Amino acid sequence: MTTRRNLLGALALTLLPNPARPDDALAAAIRAAIGDIEPIDAGIELRLPAIAENGAQVPLSVLVDSPMTQEDHVTTIHVFATANPTPGIASFHLFPGLARAEIQTRIRVAEAQSIIVLARHNNGRVYRTSARVAVTRGGCLS
Amino acid sequence: MTTPLPGTPRIRIPARARPGEVIEIRTLLDHPMETGLRHDNSPAPPRNMLARLEIRRDTTPIFAADLRNGTAANPFHVLWVRMETTATFTATWTDEHGRTAATSARVLVG
Repeated sequence: MTTRRNLLGALALTLLPNPARPDDALAAAIRAAIGDIEPIDAGIELRLPAIAENGAQVPLSVLVDSPMTQEDHVTTIHVFATANPTPGIASFHLFPGLARAEIQTRIRVAEAQSIIVLARHNNGRVYRTSARVAVTRGGCLS
Repeated sequence: MTTPLPGTPRIRIPARARPGEVIEIRTLLDHPMETGLRHDNSPAPPRNMLARLEIRRDTTPIFAADLRNGTAANPFHVLWVRMETTATFTATWTDEHGRTAATSARVLVG
């Protein structure tokens, strides 16, 4: 027999595993960026320190394999945090006037996590990579 | 008319380049990128975020960035362009209230 207490318990268990993980927000942000396209795990060099001393200023470098010609270029590079309070870091729009599909910036890393990079090419293909970063001092909400 | 942003917009670029040379462009704007969020729900300053950076070569866009919470304070971006002719590069930052800051630099080719 199903009692109200059992039901509540089952509900609590369902909700428990990810109390603070913004997995749904991450999935929604990725969907908003690339829709239903299935990314290919290749073609991107992502450089991040393995351990960042200051999570408020973590250097990030992304280099996508592309000739950056009018016919064949990267249009957008999306960067997502998997364990920050919000997943969005930035989206970079690239034009064929760039010498290469490379961008360097500094990001916020609240706690140890993976950073996901998606690169959309003008032929519609999307490539993906990710890298782990740990922080000595969390950077989002100092 | 847009209201100017406080902070000094900077673009660092070589003054001269040889034809075909790839040069590095560095841009920086002093800005707190305050998300208004705190871990422990303690009081935070009101949200104050840049939303976008656009870089043009003369009038042609070459790069733009939509900046979100995970972008660090004092947003710093580096990119590379191949120089064939003399050009002026302009970087324009816009915050979530539509305020802007811009700076330009000319690269002489030859």
